[in-house]
Amino acid sequence: MKIIKFAVSIFAVLLLAACGNESAKKTSTLDTTKSQGFVKCGVSQGLPGFSNADASGNWAGIDVDVCRAVAAAVLGDATKVKYTPLSAKERFTALQAGDIDVLSRNTTWTLERDAAIGLEFVGVNFYDGQGFMVRKKSGIKSVKDFKNGTKVCTNTGTTTELNMADFFKAAGVSYEPVVFEKADEVVQAYDSGRCDTYTTDKSGLAAQRTKLSAPDDHIVLPETISKEPLGPVVREGDATWADVVRWSLNVWIEAEEYGVNSGNIDSMMDSKNPAIQRIVGAEGTKNGAGLNLDQKWSYNLIKQVGNYAESYKRNLADTGIMPDRGPNALWTNGGILYVPPVR
Amino acid sequence: MKLLRKNIEKLNLFLENYPKIGIYFPQFLIILLLGIIISYFSMNASTNMAARGIETGFGFLANKASFDIQFSLIDFDSNDSYARAYLVGLLNTLLVSGIGIFFATVIGFFVGITRLSTNILASKVAEAYIEIFRNIPLLLQIFFWYFAVLRLLPSSDNSLILFNFVFANIKGIYIPRFIWENLNYFLYGFLFSILIIYLFVSISKKKQEKTGLQVPTFTTSLIIFFTINFLVIYFGQVGLTLSYPVLETNRGLHNYMGGVSVIPELIALAFSLSLYTSTFIAECVRAGILGIDKGQKEAAASIGLSKAQILKLIVIPQALRIIIPPVTNQYLNLTKNSSLAAAIAYPDIVLVFAGTALMQTGKAIEIVSITMLTYLTLSVSISIFMNWYNKKNSIAER
Repeated sequence: MKIIKFAVSIFAVLLLAACGNESAKKTSTLDTTKSQGFVKCGVSQGLPGFSNADASGNWAGIDVDVCRAVAAAVLGDATKVKYTPLSAKERFTALQAGDIDVLSRNTTWTLERDAAIGLEFVGVNFYDGQGFMVRKKSGIKSVKDFKNGTKVCTNTGTTTELNMADFFKAAGVSYEPVVFEKADEVVQAYDSGRCDTYTTDKSGLAAQRTKLSAPDDHIVLPETISKEPLGPVVREGDATWADVVRWSLNVWIEAEEYGVNSGNIDSMMDSKNPAIQRIVGAEGTKNGAGLNLDQKWSYNLIKQVGNYAESYKRNLADTGIMPDRGPNALWTNGGILYVPPVR
Repeated sequence: MKLLRKNIEKLNLFLENYPKIGIYFPQFLIILLLGIIISYFSMNASTNMAARGIETGFGFLANKASFDIQFSLIDFDSNDSYARAYLVGLLNTLLVSGIGIFFATVIGFFVGITRLSTNILASKVAEAYIEIFRNIPLLLQIFFWYFAVLRLLPSSDNSLILFNFVFANIKGIYIPRFIWENLNYFLYGFLFSILIIYLFVSISKKKQEKTGLQVPTFTTSLIIFFTINFLVIYFGQVGLTLSYPVLETNRGLHNYMGGVSVIPELIALAFSLSLYTSTFIAECVRAGILGIDKGQKEAAASIGLSKAQILKLIVIPQALRIIIPPVTNQYLNLTKNSSLAAAIAYPDIVLVFAGTALMQTGKAIEIVSITMLTYLTLSVSISIFMNWYNKKNSIAER
């Protein structure tokens, strides 16, 4: 009879547990982040210039700077970030499940992702587009030169697969996709000659080209076959947290527009320009109140991370990955980088 | 307290009168408990997903997949549905598992028997083979063979051509496509010849059991087979034309078009799965043969059977009974291990469905459950088949 008693008691405990959980109150991500003292940020497994860890495990890149900006804004310290390297396949599940609170991993903003899978895109930190890389000796000069039977290497779990299907269908050219789970295997397979071309976002091509055995034997074709606005993502349903990440991103970019950078921000505190006063959170502006952050959030952010131009130069220009800002120049300089005003 | 004790006594009395309830009730409770745990977790998941605005359901299977697959046994195009993409992945998994099981069995039996050979060199080579291939992690072997295969094959403008029939290069191995005329006559003739051979073999077997006379079944079967098929091909005007793959050059790119292509990913995967699993099968075979009493072989030798006959008629039929259950496990392992395909771009169910389709739709729970159920079904089917085969091979207990 002991078994019966045991079973009945477990049954009762479980019922209680089930009820308990349903009535449990949700806590906001901002409060949790403040109390745990670090930002949980999902990044790539290694994409130079965007998110890449050096030999001693320090993360750097323009996507990593978004995480650092959020940490500086929320916690006052840009180093208080816990990075989780994720594959393209894992990234959304990790965010949905709460393993990370910000996903900053060269992720393309699309309708399907924004609307159907419980994600919220807060902005764009890099405007990219899909391109093709080929061997110079193949004589291919343009995507129009591809003919039937082209073998294309790429990796799975990205918008890349869809774009190339659309592209080749529209061009009426038959092709064979050779799709790997990890970028390193794609590079190896393309390098060995398994494929005629390697396709992914152009920034990715530029970064991966450096890993090839003879980078100079390869060129990236001039055409861009898709729009790839890459930006940070948060979970749907926590508007406060989405606002914090969105405005961290915006103030980071707008600081460049008004010439505020990590070097001159202390002198900018006394600026007479009201727009700059709002950006740096000078006295009398109600900077941060609506975001539930303290007055110094944007000061900390710019002081510790720098503005967008500084990040770009440090991670993409000086490393030779994407020396030209192209569409990622400010709207005032002929690019399309344009953010809502900080006011 | 008193009341409770009284009630417990009553319950005990009741259970003594109806012992079956005492046996089944706890089991019923445990099943109920399991059901509650499972439904608790799935309820929890669906509530949480609804709260986060994640769409659920299996409706997506009918949607357009809008991606392409490199290699499929059925026609597939980006306009087809996710359900068809699933089918393509499943067939590719079955293909590589089938090839792997076949070669693993053949190599495994050969190596297992060689391992017991009295020739020291042969047995040591077999032992070295087993120890090397079963002790290196499979994923590493797959990478090794994949990149070895890629490095080994020449570039596509410089293909290795065998007998002007097989064209091998780094992008795949190409053979001509067979185009048959009157193929149905040939198939009927083929089936007919097999039937005749079967009848002939069973008749001669009966004759041997009755009179002791041995008929040369193998040679006669060959003669029957070739005569019937030749006549059918000749009179039925069965024709075969080959459609050769053609090397097409587009500036500096060279690709074979047409014909039948086998992609290097399939070769590397089938190869490494076969090598790896064959070592385990070889050990099962060795155990099976060693499990046969020495007296059996001696008795067979004493009635004048040759070494080959002893192996074929006495040892293997008995050893099979010991070999089959562990070999079944190896077949299951091979099938499940084929999911490592995703690492080297072989479009199996994990890469196509639990990879690309999962990413495009974001339906993690649905897709992963479908995939798990698929592997479960595959494994259970193999188990059922092997159990049936095992039963067929076991003798009734004496």
